[in-house]
Amino acid sequence: MKRLIAGLILLSPAGASAQVAVRGEIVHTMAGAPLKDGVVLVKDGKIEAIGPASSVTIPAGYRTLAAKVVTPGLVDARGTVGFSGVANQPHDQDQLETSAAIQPELRAFDAYNPADRLVGWVRGFGITTIHTGHGPGALVSGQTLIVKTRGRDVEADILVPFAMVAATLGDGARSREEGKAPGTRAKAIALLRAELIKAQEYSKKLEAGAKPPADDKEKDKSKDPERSLKLEALVRVLKGEVPVLVSVHRAQDILTALRLRDEFQFKLVLEGAAEAYVVKDQIKKAGVPVIVHPTMYRSSGERENLSMETASVLKKAGIPVAIESGFEAYVPKTRVVLFEAAVAAANGLSFDEALAAITIDAARLLGIEKRVGSLEKGKDGDLALYDGDPFEYTSHCTGVVIQGEVMSETAN
Amino acid sequence: MRHFLRAVALLLASPLLAGAQDQPHVFAGRVIPIAGPEIPNGVVVIERGKIVAVGPEGTTKVPSGAIRHDLSGKVLMPGLVDTHSHIGDVAGADASAPIQPDVRVIDAINLRHAGFQKAQAGGLTTVNIMPGSGHLLSGQTLYVKLREGKVSLEDLVVTDANGMTGGIKMANGTNSRRKAPFPGTRAKSAALVREQFVKAQEYRKKIKDSAGDTKKAPARDLGLEALVEVLDGKRVVHHHTHRHDDVLTVLRLSKEFGFRVVIHHVSDAWMVADQIAAAKVPCSIIFVDSPGGKLETLDLSWKNGAALEKAGALVGIHTDDYITDSRLFLRSAGLAVRAGMSREKALEAVTLAGARMLSLDQRVGSLEAGKDADLVVLSGDPLSYKTHVLETWVEGLKVFDRGDPKDRLYATGGYGASHDQSPFAHLDGDEEEGR
Repeated sequence: MKRLIAGLILLSPAGASAQVAVRGEIVHTMAGAPLKDGVVLVKDGKIEAIGPASSVTIPAGYRTLAAKVVTPGLVDARGTVGFSGVANQPHDQDQLETSAAIQPELRAFDAYNPADRLVGWVRGFGITTIHTGHGPGALVSGQTLIVKTRGRDVEADILVPFAMVAATLGDGARSREEGKAPGTRAKAIALLRAELIKAQEYSKKLEAGAKPPADDKEKDKSKDPERSLKLEALVRVLKGEVPVLVSVHRAQDILTALRLRDEFQFKLVLEGAAEAYVVKDQIKKAGVPVIVHPTMYRSSGERENLSMETASVLKKAGIPVAIESGFEAYVPKTRVVLFEAAVAAANGLSFDEALAAITIDAARLLGIEKRVGSLEKGKDGDLALYDGDPFEYTSHCTGVVIQGEVMSETAN
Repeated sequence: MRHFLRAVALLLASPLLAGAQDQPHVFAGRVIPIAGPEIPNGVVVIERGKIVAVGPEGTTKVPSGAIRHDLSGKVLMPGLVDTHSHIGDVAGADASAPIQPDVRVIDAINLRHAGFQKAQAGGLTTVNIMPGSGHLLSGQTLYVKLREGKVSLEDLVVTDANGMTGGIKMANGTNSRRKAPFPGTRAKSAALVREQFVKAQEYRKKIKDSAGDTKKAPARDLGLEALVEVLDGKRVVHHHTHRHDDVLTVLRLSKEFGFRVVIHHVSDAWMVADQIAAAKVPCSIIFVDSPGGKLETLDLSWKNGAALEKAGALVGIHTDDYITDSRLFLRSAGLAVRAGMSREKALEAVTLAGARMLSLDQRVGSLEAGKDADLVVLSGDPLSYKTHVLETWVEGLKVFDRGDPKDRLYATGGYGASHDQSPFAHLDGDEEEGR
């Protein structure tokens, strides 16, 4: 893992990026009021300066792009793009492994396909950062990562290699095979608790083994427990280094997730959460953020009570929310958070709140707000350009910049 | 009001219902008639379930005593026409055979499926409810008006200009390729379809030759009877198709057997737009938020609307509900415009073009005197994300009112909004009962 990150740092300072200036009639910085006639300068992949055109001079030699509306590159708080491929054939579906109920050791970057067409598809609408990875459908399906949508190799594009552990509660956690656990909600939780307790004990053994012996001799490695990739991942969860992303819809299952968190003290992020509005007081009290299902999600099965107003209701209750593309098994193979936020903006969220739910609020929820989510000096030079209100169905995304690299300039 | 009307309609039947429709109404606002240019300050007058006048305020005659609906700042357009929907939890043919023209969806629709209320909340007033695409031919479709006060499906049915209450659903490409007795290849798919149409031709000839003599007539065959209606041009084929070569196969079969066809989805339409236009085959297209999901839709393009418009084809748009949500039907027209279709044609695609595809354009699809009083009141421009459907009217009765909390629930979703069983109003007539 460390070597991977080190590799990233070497590669990082913006591969093909030149110096870029983006000028917008309105620039939604998401860090204060929108700028009228604003300019953003990007140098070596980072925002060098931002301000009104009257005070920010575009240096000679900068490639200049102009648009009616400029926003930060959009952040998809949770999708499965790059895992659930465009063709939806067995060969390109890597979001779900069903051989075991609990597999937190499945690393996302071993599966992410940056060249899948859907990565380019969402980028074309201004999405520059995605939190993606193993999907719903198993009790613990694996890890997620956070990646830029440049569509190169995963190591060049990655922000966070191990972002969260993806779990599912409710019907989605049930085994598809008769007689194979978990077959019920209670069994699923029993399995999960047993595994987390194992991880607690594993962690204790590791700590005991890590203590330097009193006589200053070399640490006795033989006292370490046998390596378990699964438990290593869960130990990171127990230490609060990696949150658990629980895909869940029914109110009763949301409360179950809160109960588990109280027992094991891990960081919890609720995802989907169709009935979150029913238990919003409990969610608020627990201080747990919610990545709300796509606004246009289908209301079938456990999602039958979902509402287009959920993001708004939770936001008003003071719960941190972000909007996601989620997971789609069929058509559309991916949703686009720009469109989901637009419909949320028509259903209770203000324009600013809806845009925040796919920029700065999503970045904060994912813990990457120091790099992306707003246009501020020192942050990544990720921008999206539009020829009108970005949420209007008839507007176009006219440009996408990632770390100073102009990815596209065609109206989309 | 709506629930009161429903109760009245249900308990006392037509005389009082007709009474409610008798009262003339005048709607005054920005009018998008589809049949002509937008009227910034327009009126639509309705009476007895029909439109009696459409025109500019001031110069359009309004009957005295008309109930006035002041819609300043709002928009009035015709009720939306969806040429392809699966509301009602509908299923058609079973797995026993790939071609089942005897199967009717009217025998399979759950009238109390929440999809009906959601469709009303989306401004839909006329819908073609279809069986699925997992067969070469999955059954007879049903044309409905989303009227209030429904007790049975018969209360919703609408008859087209050819005396039909539905078309027939066919499909090619990969969905209908399955294990035997289903076809395994595209060529086999076409062969099976041709074989069946040849049978229908022979059946039709036998009937004709019997010249009304029941002793000489062939034994009744429900499937062949439906196919004869297709061969006679009375029953239109609604044909699911995606890939460019499959589209051309449909055109070829339509030409060989002389059946009328509307092609649906048509993901690759942009590749074969000229051929479609030359064959004068109407296209009902879909807008989903990303391509793929299956191999034959990898090249789905939002430019289909613009490409077909440019080629001169008749273009409609459908929801394919549940594939896209009826409540967001107008959004699809917005995406069509985003990708280059004209605003006029995109709005026509969700109204009059669809009506023409269902041969119902003499009754619905535009705001014109003499047509059914099916209309939608919008809070703003039809193509803006900010706009909500405020009211939906069918044949002079309000069937959806966003101001009514019960109706609003269907518009936004929420607890109980997707429950399949809406109130048993016809049993107890009480709007307060639980669901």
